[in-house]
Amino acid sequence: MAWFKRDKPSVQTPAEEERRVKTEGLFTKCPDCNNVIWKKELEGLLHVCPKCAFHFKIDARQRLEFLLDGGQSEEFDAHLRSSDPLQFVDQKNYPDRLEKAIESTGCNEAVVNVQGSLKGHEVVCAAMEYRFIGGSMGSVVGEKITRAIEKSLQTRKPLIIVSASGGARMMEGVLSLMQMAKICTALAQLHQEKIPYISVLTDPTTGGVTASFAMLGDLNIAEPKALIGFAGPRVIEQTIRQKLPDGFQRSEFLVEHGMLDAIVPRKELRDFVADWLVFMSNGRSAGQ
Amino acid sequence: MMSKFEELTELKERAEALPPEATEAIAELTLRITQLEESIGKENATAWDQVQLSRHENRPYTLDFIERLFTSFRPIHGDRRFADDTAIVGGMALLEDQPVMVIGQQKGRNTKERIYRNYGMAKPEGYRKAVRLMQIAEKFNRPILTFIDTPGAYPGTGAEARGQAEAIAHNLRTMAELQVPIVATVLGEGGSGGALALSLADRILMLRHSIYSVISPESCSAILWKDQAHTQQAAHALRLTAPDLEHFKVVDEVVPEPPEGAHSDWDAAAALVKESLLRNLGELQVQSAQQRLRGRSEKFRRIGEFVE
Ligand SMILES: [Zn+2]
Repeated sequence: MAWFKRDKPSVQTPAEEERRVKTEGLFTKCPDCNNVIWKKELEGLLHVCPKCAFHFKIDARQRLEFLLDGGQSEEFDAHLRSSDPLQFVDQKNYPDRLEKAIESTGCNEAVVNVQGSLKGHEVVCAAMEYRFIGGSMGSVVGEKITRAIEKSLQTRKPLIIVSASGGARMMEGVLSLMQMAKICTALAQLHQEKIPYISVLTDPTTGGVTASFAMLGDLNIAEPKALIGFAGPRVIEQTIRQKLPDGFQRSEFLVEHGMLDAIVPRKELRDFVADWLVFMSNGRSAGQ
Repeated sequence: MMSKFEELTELKERAEALPPEATEAIAELTLRITQLEESIGKENATAWDQVQLSRHENRPYTLDFIERLFTSFRPIHGDRRFADDTAIVGGMALLEDQPVMVIGQQKGRNTKERIYRNYGMAKPEGYRKAVRLMQIAEKFNRPILTFIDTPGAYPGTGAEARGQAEAIAHNLRTMAELQVPIVATVLGEGGSGGALALSLADRILMLRHSIYSVISPESCSAILWKDQAHTQQAAHALRLTAPDLEHFKVVDEVVPEPPEGAHSDWDAAAALVKESLLRNLGELQVQSAQQRLRGRSEKFRRIGEFVE
């Protein structure tokens, strides 16, 4: 259920750290096919390997830049920060972890909310930041996602949430868990109001995020080869005392089992979403 | 995954076939249980004591409560999609002559039963059965009473393939929309998303020695301290006891247990739960469906602490 389970996968795939585009040096290596790519070129390719189409992890702001129309986005609720409600101490203080995450990501929490437009459609969009304590969901992420839903309810603009998260944040205990209930209650209202909600799942989306808003879109779509599941692979391997087969819990596996609407490559995401937004908004004005 | 109590029961079951050093282990565990039982009601009872009490081998389980709270329990099975999940039980029952829908997680008391109940860990078909029963209750305008006692949702390959996450998410949204009153009672272990999937209720009641947590203390210790030695510290850090949850306004009422704990007197424990259930349900039933929906939504809307 919690974010960390994906941090050090016991499964053979390359370490998560290596999957991220390294910021130093001019070249980067594709973790999937070992292709050496000039970084400037990678940027233009939306961080997708030109040889094997491996989708590199991208941060929340970059995601919003790729997905939405340029120069149109306005961030909201950026100031919300965790108050360490449990005064949680393990080997590190939780406030120290937060401080470090804020410094390294330039975000106050693991989600960025904006109002913007996508190929001319006005939308509310929340993108999760995996680099912020594994994209884990505590009180602030729960609150911000809820406020994004409420913004959609107030403005009747379609909602898009891009997930990247290991699940609930342990350091806020049961308050983290209850964010799932809070968000789903708000989503129930959005559902009843027939306001479109498109959930985009990216690598990785597991635990309490998958078991709440990420699976409740009118459409649940994912990037290729994203790890998507409830339990993390390590936990499952410990339970069944077996190694998991390659591709287990990846986007392709989920589509095969009927659990995802579509796999959409990053470069097609804008067009795919825009067409569905046409479908979802026209029906409402014309049909009622 | 197994608690000390479960280990002890299994050891006792096989005692004759065990080597002499096992006798020592049994003695040690028995001593620990004695200490634990002595700690009940004392100021210095630790969070870890509470965790162990919530998993006590003699603690009454969902069906034990159902037997004492209701008459005419008529269980029904299956999700009409894939299978019947034996980790979740449910059906109609009479609460003082009033028809109610009862749904709860069920643990087993000996090895055979525990395997049959999958240690109280439901699969997607269990959550889908639960939501199906809730929709029957909605159609016929009957209250829903859920009972929580699970280490968590089952983390297996089949469960993943059949959409464990989607099943839980769907339950949460559905429960947020139901017009009938919902009261959830945490009886033993409230384990993470698997427990939450039956808890999006108008009122959440929690037995004094039950727990509710985002992760088990064992897993929390393994992840944050990289060992099993800090399980007790993790239990403390997670703030998972009934008074903790009341403090964070997640739980509406802490239901007292008999002086020696629920495991010492099942009838008395059930009587205390019944009093609380009847009172809370009564309060909800004088409200309109609209009032309840607003109340439910506001209850969860407020949960969480942060700085603006
Ligand atoms: Zn490649």
